[in-house]
Amino acid sequence: MTSTSSAASSGLSWEELVTTALLGTDRRTPPGSGSGREAPVALLDAAAVETVRRRAGIRPVRAAVRPEPAPADGRPPLPPAATRRLATLLADRPGAGGGRRGTAPDLMELLPQWLALANAYGYAAPPEALPALLDAARGRTDLRPAALAFAGVRALWLARLNPDWRFALRAAPGGGAALPGPGEPERVRRLWQEGLFAERVALLTALRAHDPGTARELLASTWPTERAEDRLMFLDALRAGLAAEDEPFLEGALADRSRNVRATAAELLSALPSSALAGRMARRATACVAVDHTRGTPTLVVEAPHECDPGMERDGVQPKAPAGRGERSWWLGQLVEAAPLGAWSRRFGGRTPEEIVALPVADDWQGELHGAWCRAAVRQRDAGWSRALLGAPSTPEAGGPGAVSLAERAKLLATIDAGERAEWVAGFIGTHGLSEAFQLLGVCAVPWAPPLGRAVVDALDIARDAGSYPWSFSGVMGLAERCLDPVEAVRLDPLAAAAEEPENAAPGAGGYWAEAFQRLTSTLRLRAAMQAELAPL
Amino acid sequence: MTQQGVRWTAEQVLALAPDAASRKAGSKLAVAGPWSQAGTSDEGTVWGLCKGSGSKPYQTIVDVADSAGPAYKCSCPSRKFPCKHALGLLLLWAGDDGAVPPGQAPDWAEQWLSGRRARAAERTTRTGAASGAASADPEAARRRAERRAERITAGATELEQRLTDLLRGGLAAAEQAGYGLWEETAARMVDAQAPGLAARVRELGAVPGSGPGWPVRLLEECALLHLLDQGWLRREQLPDGLAATVRSRVGLSGSPDGPPVRDRWLALAQYDTSDSHLTTRRIWLHGAESGRTALLLSYGAAGRAPELSLPVGLAFEAEVSAYPGAGQLRAALGERFTAPEPAAIRPPGVTPAAAAARYGEALRDDPWLDSYPVTLARVIPVPDGESWQLADADSDLALAINPSARSRPGLWRLAALSGGAPVTVFGECDHRGFSPLTAWAERTDGASGQAVALC
Repeated sequence: MTSTSSAASSGLSWEELVTTALLGTDRRTPPGSGSGREAPVALLDAAAVETVRRRAGIRPVRAAVRPEPAPADGRPPLPPAATRRLATLLADRPGAGGGRRGTAPDLMELLPQWLALANAYGYAAPPEALPALLDAARGRTDLRPAALAFAGVRALWLARLNPDWRFALRAAPGGGAALPGPGEPERVRRLWQEGLFAERVALLTALRAHDPGTARELLASTWPTERAEDRLMFLDALRAGLAAEDEPFLEGALADRSRNVRATAAELLSALPSSALAGRMARRATACVAVDHTRGTPTLVVEAPHECDPGMERDGVQPKAPAGRGERSWWLGQLVEAAPLGAWSRRFGGRTPEEIVALPVADDWQGELHGAWCRAAVRQRDAGWSRALLGAPSTPEAGGPGAVSLAERAKLLATIDAGERAEWVAGFIGTHGLSEAFQLLGVCAVPWAPPLGRAVVDALDIARDAGSYPWSFSGVMGLAERCLDPVEAVRLDPLAAAAEEPENAAPGAGGYWAEAFQRLTSTLRLRAAMQAELAPL
Repeated sequence: MTQQGVRWTAEQVLALAPDAASRKAGSKLAVAGPWSQAGTSDEGTVWGLCKGSGSKPYQTIVDVADSAGPAYKCSCPSRKFPCKHALGLLLLWAGDDGAVPPGQAPDWAEQWLSGRRARAAERTTRTGAASGAASADPEAARRRAERRAERITAGATELEQRLTDLLRGGLAAAEQAGYGLWEETAARMVDAQAPGLAARVRELGAVPGSGPGWPVRLLEECALLHLLDQGWLRREQLPDGLAATVRSRVGLSGSPDGPPVRDRWLALAQYDTSDSHLTTRRIWLHGAESGRTALLLSYGAAGRAPELSLPVGLAFEAEVSAYPGAGQLRAALGERFTAPEPAAIRPPGVTPAAAAARYGEALRDDPWLDSYPVTLARVIPVPDGESWQLADADSDLALAINPSARSRPGLWRLAALSGGAPVTVFGECDHRGFSPLTAWAERTDGASGQAVALC
């Protein structure tokens, strides 16, 4: 300690010390090592002094260019309990849990609901949660719109600093601060002309929501110069707020170079019952179907088109049938799908949709005809026809592979009012059980209306009594956890108690059911707690 | 001291969790569903039966009233401590929705409680007796200490020889020698009962593989080790404080003999580091009255979290005693008088320039210091190419952020919290830069916000 000072004062620089240490004192004698100590010891002494001196001499550095501060988020902060809940939900990463078994709720599945509620109340995200929110949104595209809306302007500020979060800048939600509003025509035009494709789609979609006409004019201003794929995407944006005023533009698009663009334009026009295209289609379609009064009961007879003429092709009919389908029935399906549904009542003597659907169809054309009407009802969002095609939920063919498939039923259901939809699905479950109900449940409004919730719980109880395993119903169980009204939790308590096994039950099924119902009740309680935590004081 | 009738907040409970997975698992169990016969007593006990995967529910009991911190007992096979059942039960109790009503403890809980309280009473009487026994034969204790010092001296002398040989042949040769050389030397230091030397020697083995610039780092570490050897060999000539520091750095831990300081302590930060057989937990405290900063260390064997856990951002009243050594911040937690609760206490902050100066001064007292705790006030996290810095809001000076902190998620939490505006940050300063541990945002009304843990 005393001799080190002499070694240090020998004038050796740190670089010289390092070089000597690397080579070794046997090869390179440090200059000025006359302190009477061995050369390696003298070197270590000097290095010790230098090390402490270097470390103790640490100084602040010059500050780099500071980023612009994040814009202020004017929304109110989350209540403390909700802030903690968010942290718990975000900590539950996929792969961290043990799958679908056990009694504990699947927290990640509740995040979308939590975000929807928080956004509905208009809270600001706690800043320290933003990195986890951005990571979650990065991993799950389905979460992105809600997560980014909740994360707000500060998340965009943060995303500019981290390449992992660039997606947030691209996916900035439609109404976000980044997009110009309808009151800024100059910014709108500049972004439309200079923006990236995604920005332009977002702009067109946002504008279409507020002012459909201006959006269409903006699109028309550059239409001929857009690339075919882009034209297709832009055209898709017109789906929202589609109105008779769009007809001239869409008629023009029927002559487009790209077949996909032509088909989409035709599809949009056919959804406008008063359009010229819809009229042409109505004439073509109704010419193919007639009521035969010569039989005992009036019966529909079908005479499918014999050719796909250029006029039909121009109106979007695809001439070439996919493999395994007859050409004539392929053309018929497209004509009926694109014809306004109102044309059929006129054609069949003022019959209602129910009466028309009830008519027998000759020569196995029923499947083709009813299928095409279903697609038309969905496309034209015609609740009357949807109701007629759905029929009563308790009819036998509603559950089996009838003329109308479950997928089509789900789409038809989406066109009718939420309460009626829930009633229909409840009736369906009451008659046909749960196995086929999954797709239909997916289109019902959340939380499920009381009759629907009761139907699902009763059906699960019946499945348990029948002795099957709960994981045969894991899809419905998962949906029930997310969609059942939390107030139903009380009704589930008796089911969550371990019941005695029925005689013909699968081994252990009773315990697994109790576990599944426990998870259902704990998830419902958790959702109730989540809602209570978010409710403003 | 008990906290009769005082319910904890969910934060307090979650801070007890040994790791993030337990926090999550515990939160999931914080619903009435799996629990039966849950209850709480006036004496500060919470119990309940939790339905697990088996047929027999787990019996979970927590004694929250113990002065040494809560005690847990659960019949589940988990090795985590406290287990998720204990956490879930406490969260349920903290939620205060009637799921854990006041009542009489069932027999199975009562047995454990009475056994525990009896043992605690016994321990108090025995410690008195034990301290008497230790002083009963001071001669034998002195001889033991002398023998150990001789072994350490032999170890330090041998280590000096190895370092001298290394420098004679050149550090370039160390790159080829690999770990073997250092592992063997470290084992010799363990034999010499100098765990502090052994740990430093073991770290030397990793330096040649640590990337560009390793010769500089190896020379620095060798030089500091040499300085420690020399310090030990001449400890008689050192001032008392420095001699105590050398003794503790060599591995003679000593005992916390400083006078107990009773204060209201704010838990500034808590984080764990672990190697294959030991988890080390570091907890930084700030005394509201004394202004002191204290470091509590607690250890857990492999797979078990250290027992001591304090919720960051909450404050409690307790006695703390310092370990010997000049400038040493390590302390031991004595009696606790209150449960941790939210407090408006904030450590006073300094500028980046003052923080660098403080670190330098601390090195004067302890050249082997790894890092020094400091609170920076009004700094802005700023990206600087690949690295980050904390820039003074009121001057153009900044502290670089430690490269090892750069990849941690906490850095992004800090950036998000700041949003380009000044924040207060507590962390550790070392020669590579500043490692942020906890931050407080400045609210628009001038008050500072909640503590946000960054580690």
